[in-house]
Amino acid sequence: MCLAIPALVDSIDGEKAIVSIEGVRREISIQLTPEAETGDYVLLHAGFAIGILDETEALQTLDMLRQVLEVR
Amino acid sequence: MKFVDEFRDANRALQVIEYIHNTSRRQTRLMEFCGGHTVSIMKNGIRQLMPKNIEMLSGPGCPVCVTSTTDIDRAIALADLTDVIVTSFGDMIRVPGNQSTLQIAKAKGSDIRVVYSVLDALRIARENPEKRVVFIGIGFETTAPTVAAALIQAERDNIQNFFVLCLHKVCPPIMKAILDLGEVRLNGIVCPGHVSAVIGSRPYEFIARDYNIACVVSGFEPLDILQAVAMLVKQIEKEKYSVEIAYRRGVKVDGNPQALKLMDQVFEISDADWRGIGIVPASGLRINRNYQRFDAETNFDIRTNPANEPAGCQCGNILRGASTPKDCKLFGFSCTPEHPIGPCMVSTEGTCAAYYQYGGKIGH
Repeated sequence: MCLAIPALVDSIDGEKAIVSIEGVRREISIQLTPEAETGDYVLLHAGFAIGILDETEALQTLDMLRQVLEVR
Repeated sequence: MKFVDEFRDANRALQVIEYIHNTSRRQTRLMEFCGGHTVSIMKNGIRQLMPKNIEMLSGPGCPVCVTSTTDIDRAIALADLTDVIVTSFGDMIRVPGNQSTLQIAKAKGSDIRVVYSVLDALRIARENPEKRVVFIGIGFETTAPTVAAALIQAERDNIQNFFVLCLHKVCPPIMKAILDLGEVRLNGIVCPGHVSAVIGSRPYEFIARDYNIACVVSGFEPLDILQAVAMLVKQIEKEKYSVEIAYRRGVKVDGNPQALKLMDQVFEISDADWRGIGIVPASGLRINRNYQRFDAETNFDIRTNPANEPAGCQCGNILRGASTPKDCKLFGFSCTPEHPIGPCMVSTEGTCAAYYQYGGKIGH
């Protein structure tokens, strides 16, 4: 129910955006993420972007995981 | 970075599992609250990969499953009205109420339509001005802002025939209720990922502070969940409890301020009726006075009979983490995804459906 999937913002028109999900394009609302920009990955839930995915944080998480495993 | 494959890396997952096995010494009971986590845990066999001292329980985090029988009956009663189109997310359609389901009502002629988004429901209202269109608003803080956004659109565009039966619920109060019931003693909680994308991680701080329970907000890929478990184990072994975010790419400490703002504009906190748990104070949302003309509650005279739970159904206990599907005599016999008796078998994210699908069909 709280499923949300990463979707790549292709273009923006006011409160609406066209996104790609694994190559499938669809229109969504960015009313909840007005700061979204073309090229961002957003979390798509029930037709709305509910957040913007943060690539720096994603890379840091993977890096942190590596460190935790190494330190032990 | 595609934000998916990177978090399904099997080699890295094996390393995290090894870390958990090497680090965890205490008898540890964890609960995942979110149905999406339950599915990922079952699907990826994460329970079976844990050391013997770590037990993983599922909580009440499937909005379909926790919708009360009375509320299902109210949705069906709305659909019985001749000038009404009821719109709903698909999962709700098969959930048994007292006597019937929305699916049966549809087969008998009620106009009930499955939608992917509340915006589809709003479009149906625009296209059918002679009908009254009611959206069954279920879901936690992940979904509630989308309904708030739709109501703001409806207000702006002066849509007269759109209504919401507001059954939205919020997570932190039900977590508190489960802990206060004292049926299950937990050491750590895998906190919901997409609820937290909206509300942030601060609302869980009372759990770590007042209950000495480790909290980690997790994503949904296997590596996300393993990482969250590893972080929980580390807190538990050190006896230092706090709220941490493992799912940092999607969750900020303060959540999504715009989504919170829209929710605040449209809703107010209310008590809510949780299936298997009962009325929990301040655990739901209702439409506030400014948007009352869209509230199905106040604009329709909905009457239902007192509700009874199906005989033998353990969903209530399962939703509280007090039982697992394998404790239920109906599970896998008379209750299957094809013929669900309780709500936890209906929703794909229900604990029983996830156990049935991935965890062995019959547990006796």
